[in-house]
Amino acid sequence: MAAENGTPGAGRRLAVLGAGVMGSGIAALAVGHGIAVSLIDPDRRRLAEAPARIDHQVRMARLMGALPEEAVPGALDTGPSPADLPAAGGLAPTAVIEAVTEDADAKAKALADVSALVAPGTPIISNTSSIPIDELALATARPVDLIGTHFMNPPYLIRTVEVIRGTHTGEATLDALRALLAALRREPIVVEDAPGFVTSRILHPMINDAVRVVAAGTASAESVDRLMRGCLGHPTGPLRTADLIGLDNLVDSLWVLHSRTGDEGCRPCDLLLELVRAGHLGRKSGRGFYEYEGEQA
Amino acid sequence: MTTSSDQPVPESSAVQTEMLGFLAKRTGTTWATDADVFGSGGLSSLFAMELVVHLEKSYGIAIRGADLRMENFRTVRRMAALVERLRQPAPGGSGA
Ligand SMILES: NC(=O)c1ccc[n+]([C@@H]2O[C@H](COP(=O)([O-])OP(=O)(O)OC[C@H]3O[C@@H](n4cnc5c(N)ncnc54)[C@H](O)[C@@H]3O)[C@@H](O)[C@H]2O)c1
Repeated sequence: MAAENGTPGAGRRLAVLGAGVMGSGIAALAVGHGIAVSLIDPDRRRLAEAPARIDHQVRMARLMGALPEEAVPGALDTGPSPADLPAAGGLAPTAVIEAVTEDADAKAKALADVSALVAPGTPIISNTSSIPIDELALATARPVDLIGTHFMNPPYLIRTVEVIRGTHTGEATLDALRALLAALRREPIVVEDAPGFVTSRILHPMINDAVRVVAAGTASAESVDRLMRGCLGHPTGPLRTADLIGLDNLVDSLWVLHSRTGDEGCRPCDLLLELVRAGHLGRKSGRGFYEYEGEQA
Repeated sequence: MTTSSDQPVPESSAVQTEMLGFLAKRTGTTWATDADVFGSGGLSSLFAMELVVHLEKSYGIAIRGADLRMENFRTVRRMAALVERLRQPAPGGSGA
């Protein structure tokens, strides 16, 4: 019984590539809205941990009142390769969301593989932070099906979603994405393609500057965050935000911005690089600018 | 020997005492049984999930569906009441 009118996402099935911070967060958002998800990641350890992390996030979302009361959770299946996709669940994916490591080559490979497997007309949605959609389009079989959608962490709490239309993105792809985001109760803001689009282009160099301020000894991470919150209304402060993003991902994104814009402000600063080298990646590793003892990412 | 259901008070107060200890340890502050732990100057709502996990592990209960509401975790008294309710087999209990 159930599902048909009550659950907004019933009848849809998403393929999510990448079971990291964002892939599992997006999967949790979808599952919590009643959408079935196939989660794919070649890292078997990540994949094995994903269902528990997703369940934790769905429960967290429910606790915070961020899910529709009536939604029956969507089914979740996991696998190491997109080659298993057409078979899993017996229902072809209605859309693919790519959330793999912020590396142009890794994304090109993932996008090429998956676009060869899914039916033409299936929207392929990249969650890249910074890589231009037109650049990723070169790797796909059908650039018309490709679109950028920048969910933020944690996806279930942040309602606004930046949507990036590439030069070749089709109108039907944009419409299908709008319908998917409506089922997920997210609000899209559509922008044009550029390195870092809007949010990363502004936020990531700003965080880089905040780290420079800390490295210069002008203020502690706590003081920087308290000032940005208290005086400027930033919800979490740039350094706590950096920890939430993951410092490795932030560095990757800054390099993308640096190489595509030539803006020296985007060159990741030394302290950021040192923290990444030391394995202090932020919340997901238990330590970054802050300590996260006892908290589950 | 397990709980006898006509003596809920000592059980509940044991849960309260343990939860007050847990909160004091995790937050470095002492809390009253009826204090709103998420009120102004209180804990971030992200901490609520830590409370959920702690209650589940400590009392062998599963908190799911409609019981996953901030209101149930706002005070130590309410958390203890929830534990109490979920530990009983409770016909017509908590909803899915
Ligand atoms: N972390 C954030 O706050 C945030 C916010 C918005 C967007 N993003 C973007 O989302 C994407 C993912 O970021 P993340 O923070 O989740 O990274 P992450 O490092 O946590 O996870 C990336 C995952 O991708 C997997 N992967 C690598 N190649 C793959 C392939 N071919 N197929 C499937 N999986 C593959 C890796 O094994 C890893 O588990 C990046 O493009 C990032 O820039 C991140």
